[in-house]
Amino acid sequence: MEALRSLFRELMPAVDFFSMRVVDDRSEELLVRQNVLQPLRNARSHGAMLTVIHDGGYGYAATSDLSRNGLNTALQHALHWARLSAGKTVTNFSKIPQAAIIGQYQSPAASILPRKDLIALIMQESAASHFSDKIVDWSASIGVTHTEQLFISSAGADIHQQFNYLIPNLSVTANEGSETQTRSLGGQYNGFCRQGGMEVLQQSGFYGAGKRIAEEALALLHAANCPSGRMDLLLMPEQMMLQIHESIGHPLELDRILGDERNFAGTSFVTPEMFGHFQYGSELLNVTYDPSRAEQFASFGWDDDGSTAEKTWIIKNGILEKPLGSALSQTRAGMAGVANSRACDWNRPAIDRMANLNIEAGSSSLDEMIASVEYGVLMNTNVSWSIDDSRNKFQFGCEYGQMIRNGKLQELVKNPNYRGISESFWRSLKMVGDVSTLAVMGTPFCGKGEPSQVIRVGHASPACLFDQVEVFGGEA
Amino acid sequence: MQDYFLSLAAHIETQLAANEVSTTWLSAESSDFVRFNRSAIRQPGHVLQLILNLQLIKGQTHAAMSFNLSGETEMDLPRINAAIEDLRTQLPDLPADPHLMIAAEVNNSVQILPSSLPPVSAILEQILAAANGVDMVGLLTTGTQYRGFANSYGQRNWYETSNINFDWSLFHSTDKAVKSNYAGFHWDEAEFLKKFADARQKLALLARPPVTVAAGNYRAYLSPTALNELIMMLNWGGLSEKSLRTRHSCLRRLQSGEASMHAMVDICEDSRAGLEPGFQAQGFIKPDVIPLIQAGKLSGSMISPRSAKEFGLIANGAPDDESAKSLIMRAGTLANADILKELGTGIYISNLWYLNFSDRATCRITGMTRFATFWVENGEIKAPLNVMRFDDSLFRILGDNLLKLTQETEVIMDDRSYGERHTGGAVVPGALLKEMYFAL
Repeated sequence: MEALRSLFRELMPAVDFFSMRVVDDRSEELLVRQNVLQPLRNARSHGAMLTVIHDGGYGYAATSDLSRNGLNTALQHALHWARLSAGKTVTNFSKIPQAAIIGQYQSPAASILPRKDLIALIMQESAASHFSDKIVDWSASIGVTHTEQLFISSAGADIHQQFNYLIPNLSVTANEGSETQTRSLGGQYNGFCRQGGMEVLQQSGFYGAGKRIAEEALALLHAANCPSGRMDLLLMPEQMMLQIHESIGHPLELDRILGDERNFAGTSFVTPEMFGHFQYGSELLNVTYDPSRAEQFASFGWDDDGSTAEKTWIIKNGILEKPLGSALSQTRAGMAGVANSRACDWNRPAIDRMANLNIEAGSSSLDEMIASVEYGVLMNTNVSWSIDDSRNKFQFGCEYGQMIRNGKLQELVKNPNYRGISESFWRSLKMVGDVSTLAVMGTPFCGKGEPSQVIRVGHASPACLFDQVEVFGGEA
Repeated sequence: MQDYFLSLAAHIETQLAANEVSTTWLSAESSDFVRFNRSAIRQPGHVLQLILNLQLIKGQTHAAMSFNLSGETEMDLPRINAAIEDLRTQLPDLPADPHLMIAAEVNNSVQILPSSLPPVSAILEQILAAANGVDMVGLLTTGTQYRGFANSYGQRNWYETSNINFDWSLFHSTDKAVKSNYAGFHWDEAEFLKKFADARQKLALLARPPVTVAAGNYRAYLSPTALNELIMMLNWGGLSEKSLRTRHSCLRRLQSGEASMHAMVDICEDSRAGLEPGFQAQGFIKPDVIPLIQAGKLSGSMISPRSAKEFGLIANGAPDDESAKSLIMRAGTLANADILKELGTGIYISNLWYLNFSDRATCRITGMTRFATFWVENGEIKAPLNVMRFDDSLFRILGDNLLKLTQETEVIMDDRSYGERHTGGAVVPGALLKEMYFAL
């Protein structure tokens, strides 16, 4: 990184602002399917993103050529675009305040077993999940990533951050006739991804989960379809993470509210006037942007434009307080926001992303929530998600359902789904689980942006109970 | 870039021991992206990236890694040498792979698609001038994409395409917009301006007060873009041999004969369309055509080399995820000029959005209408429709409820750029439906 610092200083053009963000991301995914080790996914992504702002114009250039010539060629591209766009941009980029922070961030130290031992671990969980001929597919995986990032700018920023990620997953599919049911550990999109090392496996319940989810998949084969109708809905954290992500996170991203995403990811039902007074949810709803929770997947010290990340209340006692908007969006909208300017890699420019967006724990135990339900259903682990481009009308499905009658958990139900409208759904929140029900979840796969980006996000949530939601199951 | 790749491939062969085999896949691009919002520039930039995937095979044991290159041979050869050494140290930790299949038969190919594109600055000026006075948001993508394959048996394959894709929406207000696209290997200003003018004209229809319809079944027309969204759901494991074998595919009831589609439905993978390379990442060559659904019945699947080995089949050039990359759906008899008349009273759907399975076993899909979707009465567009959620089975939509397919098809490029610009696409007609279920 020192050599790149020197090159940056050497290349410094006479412009209003110049920055370079270097990313070196090394990852390995070990995957066993049906007790056969699949081809290793071993990757290194290493390159630089150069940004130039001048005379109000803006341009970027990303390159995997980190030689002096390569960086200089990229600089010329960025200069070209800054000159070409001057006077034609959505805002005067030269007026955006730029951070001048010098700092370092290190995610929890990662102790990782040797590759051979990791393979043995996933092989063990894989083997344990196959004890019936009705188990037709099963897999176990562990992904390990180390990312190093340097952000330096003509404004004086010099931020070095290092991250260790561990991503466990298990999935088991059972089949009988045309009935197929799949159970997974934290969802099929890596819900238990976290920063850290081997401790993540313990925290996620990985050990022994292969057999457990296989038993659940088999049991679901013989379960009835989830009934249709309005009923109370108890969502566990493996589904809450998706509910937060889609119907709180995305609609509150300020770049969506400003219209940047209208051609692809969509707009938002939330408007700037709603902040400060809109009743987003019941008084029990408390949502924070929290990059300070070290073990969570999208924790960091500074965002990709160098703004300092700190815990911020987004919704307090149900009232909408702040958008998820970075320094650039804050200037454009004239609103306060958070440090969430983030890019998925060196080859994409930063945009507003939700990072860690969490629901704060409440005061109810899981038993108390179940006991309060006369007729309802518990759902866990997301399997299907769909929401309109304003992030309002949604329909979500789960892997696992269990009926609740007269305050007691009853039989399993398969293919549980529910529908609602974000704008009113959160006001039906009637109980929030205490910290004993909370799980720290996340996903590496949040898609957004033009050009497309898929990024890491985190969602910690307790179990939550909603009043009278439209629920339905699969077809016979 | 081709010469550079060939020199890397030749060098890699010199680094191998006698009992080692290598495969090499290069994916590279030099692209410009210009993002717009409110008819102004939001984010313009350039991306140069080269990604090499290098696989080292010894017997049935293999390891691979992907990493970035600079494009300068002198800088890159030491990285490649280090990668080969690293892979050699990994092999002893790895068990023999019973599903490894190697493309040992040499099949060389070169596909360089002809193109002529003006400087991106000239295109930018035309776009900004056309968007004057309207609320335009979108993305202009242009540049060159490269894909190369080589193995130590001497096979060499090369694919190169320079193209442009301008994908934009004109907004009336809130979520009411007209979405359009201009894509190809050449830029024709007159053709672009005509498309933009058409979009402006449709925008006027969005000024009418929108209507909301109650949940229920409605007669509907799906534009090729909307139908493509539904067809692409089949690419989420539906057509995959592995997914069919493990009973996870949404088409498993089509496979077993418990369900069928209308006899009009013919879908195949057709690599002759040139939408993507005629070879895949392990060097297997794609056949011209893979019939997938014929006369409404499942007739084939996408078979990767691993599935071929696992299930004792012949690989058909499918990638690891066994998705189709050049899907062609056979056209029908409905003339575009007759669409509104034949629709009569119902919903004209230009775009669908955010589809997912609500019940994979019955191929039941949910999703939203988006952009210019209209309520039509007696063959006339009456008003824009507020977004509606549909939730219906593809076995019904493309089964008993399918009335007609259009004569004209549209080429719909895969314009995603996760990690890198994608290749591929589909050719799809529009569809007139007797009814489609809307839930919310």
